Amino acid sequence: MTAIGKPLVRRDGARKVTGAATYAYETPVDAPVFCHPVQATVARGRITAIHTAEAEVLDGVLDVITFRTAERLASTEDRELAVLQDREVAFRGQVIGLVIARTSEIARHAAELVFATYAETAHDTELSADRDDLYAPEKVNPAFPTDTGTGDVDAAMASAEVTVERTYRTAMYHNNPLEPHATTALWDNDSLTLWDSTQGVHPSRKAIAKVFGLPPERVRVVCPFVGGGFGSKGLPHANVVLAAMAARAHPGRPVKLALTRQQMFALAGYRTPTIQRMRLGATRDGRLTALGLDVVEQTSRIKEFAEQTAVPARMMYAAPNRGTTHRLAALDVPVPSWMRAPGECPGMFGPEVAMDELAYELGLDPIELRVRNEPGVDPESGRPFSSRHLVECLREGARRFGWDGRDPRPGVRREDGWLTGTGVAASVYPSSSRAGTTALVRFSGGRYAVEIGAADLGTGAWTVLPQIAADALDVPVEEVDVALGDTAYPVAAVAGGSMGTATWGSAIVEAARAFRDKFGRDPDDGDEADATTGDNPAREKYAMYAFGAQFAEARVHADTGEIRVPRLLGVFAAGRIVNPRTARSQFLGGMTMGLSMALHEDSVLDPRFGHVVNHDLAEYHIAVNADAPDVQAHWLDEEDPHVNALGVKGIGEIGIVGTAAAVANAVFHATGARIRDLPITLDKVLPALP
Amino acid sequence: MKPFSYDAPADAATAVRTVAADPSAVFLAGGTNLLDHLKLGITRPARLVDVTNLTSTEITEHDGGLSIGAGVPNSDLAADPRVRSRYPALAESLLAGASGPLRNMATTGGNPLQRTRCVYFQDVTTPCNKRTPGSGCSAIGGYTRYHAILGASEHCVATHPSDLAVALAALDASVRVLGPHGERTIPFTELHRLPGDTPQRDTVLEHGELITAIDLPAPPAGRQRYRKVRDRASYAFALVSVAALLDVANETVRDARIAFGGVAHKPWRAWQAEDVLRGAPATDATFRAAAGAELAQARPLPGNEFKVPLLTRTLVSVLRELS
Repeated sequence: MTAIGKPLVRRDGARKVTGAATYAYETPVDAPVFCHPVQATVARGRITAIHTAEAEVLDGVLDVITFRTAERLASTEDRELAVLQDREVAFRGQVIGLVIARTSEIARHAAELVFATYAETAHDTELSADRDDLYAPEKVNPAFPTDTGTGDVDAAMASAEVTVERTYRTAMYHNNPLEPHATTALWDNDSLTLWDSTQGVHPSRKAIAKVFGLPPERVRVVCPFVGGGFGSKGLPHANVVLAAMAARAHPGRPVKLALTRQQMFALAGYRTPTIQRMRLGATRDGRLTALGLDVVEQTSRIKEFAEQTAVPARMMYAAPNRGTTHRLAALDVPVPSWMRAPGECPGMFGPEVAMDELAYELGLDPIELRVRNEPGVDPESGRPFSSRHLVECLREGARRFGWDGRDPRPGVRREDGWLTGTGVAASVYPSSSRAGTTALVRFSGGRYAVEIGAADLGTGAWTVLPQIAADALDVPVEEVDVALGDTAYPVAAVAGGSMGTATWGSAIVEAARAFRDKFGRDPDDGDEADATTGDNPAREKYAMYAFGAQFAEARVHADTGEIRVPRLLGVFAAGRIVNPRTARSQFLGGMTMGLSMALHEDSVLDPRFGHVVNHDLAEYHIAVNADAPDVQAHWLDEEDPHVNALGVKGIGEIGIVGTAAAVANAVFHATGARIRDLPITLDKVLPALP
Repeated sequence: MKPFSYDAPADAATAVRTVAADPSAVFLAGGTNLLDHLKLGITRPARLVDVTNLTSTEITEHDGGLSIGAGVPNSDLAADPRVRSRYPALAESLLAGASGPLRNMATTGGNPLQRTRCVYFQDVTTPCNKRTPGSGCSAIGGYTRYHAILGASEHCVATHPSDLAVALAALDASVRVLGPHGERTIPFTELHRLPGDTPQRDTVLEHGELITAIDLPAPPAGRQRYRKVRDRASYAFALVSVAALLDVANETVRDARIAFGGVAHKPWRAWQAEDVLRGAPATDATFRAAAGAELAQARPLPGNEFKVPLLTRTLVSVLRELS
C-alpha cells in the first residue's frame, strides 16, 4: 500500500476549475475598500511636488497616501519594501502614492488624477560588458562565491588544440503568473491579517513583521491557493507592504490591492539580462582542458540581487582548468529577483550552446562530447555525486527522440519549405532542502490531519503531501487530510528552489514517525505529534543535483525565417517521483517556459525612459499553445538514498534549464545560423537563409 | 478609468445623432480595443453609445458580391461558407487575427477601426503625437520592431494592426457609413489615412459617423491568399503580412491585387507592385521586381530594417504559391 508513485488527481482541481477556490484578492470579507498605486514617471530624481487634492475630493476616495502622510516604517533596510518613506525616485514605475477608495474603479481613476513633479537626475539603465563601473558582489544568490578558479584557464586556452570563445546574451525576462500579485489586508485588534498570494506564508510574515516592527505572532498570512509565481512571489514585494500600510491606516476595514499586469513589470521582480563570455578549450578527441565563464548582469541601485549565473558551469563538466566570475552593474532600474531557476536557467544557455559549437568544431556528436567530459566527482567540491545520471538521460532521450543516424551537417534538410534540424542540451538543478520546517500530525475523528505552513503555488502540494503522509503513517491516502497555506500552521520553508516537496515531505515523514513512536498504530482521538527538519549530514559528503537532457526539433521557414519548434523532449533523473501526474505538469511547464525563453520572451527596456515598454501580454510574448504542439517529459527511475529520507529531488525548475540551448542548437542545425543572443527571432536568422 | 455614462439607443440613427452632438461620446461595439483604452487612460470619453445591436449581423448577397453587416462577429464572418469559398484571403485574415475569444467579440465594423498597438501610444507616461498631438513621437529612436517602413512621417511611425483590413483593401471592398447628414460609401483603401502631421486621425470618418456595413464586390478571378508573418504561431500582430489575389493564364499574370499589413499607418495597397505584375511572366524574377518597385519608397527605422527583405521574401513566397 504505497501512495507515492500514484498519478492521483489534484485534490484542489475541482475547486479551481469551478471557481470555488478563493485567491487572495477574492477573499470574502465585509465591506472591503480598494487600493491603486501611483507610479513614478521618471527613472531617477526627487519629487518636488505631489498633487493629491483632485483625487482626494473624488466621491468614494477614502485616502491618498504619499511620502508626506505614510507611516514611518520600523525597518527601511530593504529599500524595495521601504515604500513611501521619502521623496527619492530610484526607478521609473516606483510607487509614489497609494489611493484607497470605495471601489477599485474609483481608486484607479483617482490614481490617474494624482500628479507629481520631479527634479530629474540623469538616469542610467543600459547594461553592457564595457562599463567601467562593474563590480564584484560579495556573494551571488543565495550565498555562492562570486568568483572561482582552478588551474590556469588562460594558459590552457592558449595551448588547447581546439577552442571556442564566444559571448552569449540572455534577455530581461518577467515572470507573468496568471494570478497577479494581490493582497487582502485587515488590521484589527493590533493584529494584521494578510490574505496574500505568496509562495511562503512564514517567510512573508517574517519580512512584513520586520518592516512594521511587529512581533511575528501579530501577523497572520493566509494563502490556500496561488495562481502561479515562478519565484516572483517567493518574498514580498512593495505591493504587500502597501496593502498592510493601507490596512493599518484604516483599522477594521479590509483593503484589497491587486497589481495590474503593467505594474507587475516594475514591481514584481524580474530576471536580469546576462552577458556571458564563455571559453572552452579541448583536445582533438573532445576532452575539455579549460572552461571559463565570465558573467555580466544588472541589479538595481537600491537593492542588490546577484543572480548566480556562472554557478552551474562550475560543476557540470570535468576540466582541469576552470574559472568563473560574476560582475554587476547597479542601474536605475526595478529590483531584479527570482525567476524559475535563477542562475541555472540563463547560466546553462552559454555553456550548452558552447558545447554544441565545440562538438561541431570537433566533428563529434554533441551527446558524445558531453559523455567524454562526464566528471567522476563534483569538479567544484571534489565530493561524489549522491546520484548523477546525466549520461543515462542523454542516451534515453536520444533513443526516444530518434537521434541516432542524425546527419550533423547544418542547413541541409528541407521539408515543405521549412529547414529542419535537431538539438540537444543538458540540464542540471541542485537538490536542496531547508532545515527548520515543522509538520504536525493529529488523529481526529478516525482520520489523520497533517498541518504545515507550506504553499501550493500550483505545483500540487495539496495532493502530494497527503501521499507522503499516507505512506509514512502506513494508511490509505484517502484517510489523510492536509492543511496548508496559513501561518496558523507550523512554520515551513518557501515554495522555491525546487525544495518544497523535499523539505515539507521530510518534515511530514519525521512527524509521522514521531506520531507512531508515541501513539503506536491505535491512537486516541486528539493525539498529535510534530517534528522539525534538521540538517542532512549527507550534504557534507555528497554533491546533490538533479539532471536532465533536453531535445528539440526546430523548423525555420526558408522564405520568411519564422521559427517553430514542433517537438520538445526531455528526460530527467530527479530522484523518486511522488506523483507522475503533477510531476509531468511541472516538467512540461518548465520546458514550455524554456521554449518561450528561447523564441519569444524579451522585456524591452527603453533606455530613454528607463522602463519596459512592452509591458503587457500582447507585446511581451510568451509561448502560446500553438507554439508548443508536442512537449514530452520522461524520467528515469532514479534512487538516491542520500538526498533525504524520501529520495525525492526537486522538479519545479529543472525543466526550464537547458531548453533554450537545445532550441538554439536545433536552429543552428536547421539553418547554419548560430544565434547567441536570446530570443531567437526571425530577423536574426533571415540573413542566413538561402 | 474616468467615469462615463452608458447609452443603449434603439436605433442606429439615434446613436449617430447622440455621438455627433457630443464631442466626448464614442461608439461601443465589441469593445475589444476600446475597453483596453479606457483602462489604460488612452481615451477618456464621457459617454459610451452602444451600437452592438444596432447594425446588421447578417451577411447578404448582392450583385454577385456580399454585404457584411457591421455587427457580424469576426468568428462568424470567418466561418461563413460563402466567405470561405469565394474570399479565402478574407477568411484567412480573420483566422490569423487575435485569439478565439477576441474573434468572438470583435465585429466587422469595429475591427478596421482598432487603433495602433505602438507601445508608446499604449503607455500614457510616454509622449505620443497620436494620443497627444504635438507631444512628440517616442517610437522614433525607440522600440520599432512593429513599426512602419512605408508612408510614415516624422510625427508618427505607427502601424495599423488589423489583419481583416489588409484583406479588405486587396479585395476592393467598400465601407457604408451612416453620419449625421446621411449615408455615404467610402472605398476601403480610402478609409484609413497616412499620419502626415495629423497622426491623431486614423481614418477619414468624421466624429459621429458609424460604419454600418462592408460591401465586397464579386470575387475576382484567380487565386487568393493571406499570409501573416509573426513572432509566434498565434495571438501576435503581424511583423509583415500580405493579402494577394493573382490571376495567371499561360504563365502570364492577367491581374493582381496586393495589400500589405504591419508596414504602414494603413493597410497598404501595393499599386506599384500590381502594375509590375500585370502582363508580366509569372516568375520569381517578376515577383521580386514587383516587391522592389513597391519597396523602393520604404524608409525603415533603426530596428526594423529587416522588414524590407522580409516583406520582399514573403510577397515572392505568396505569389509563387498562387501562380
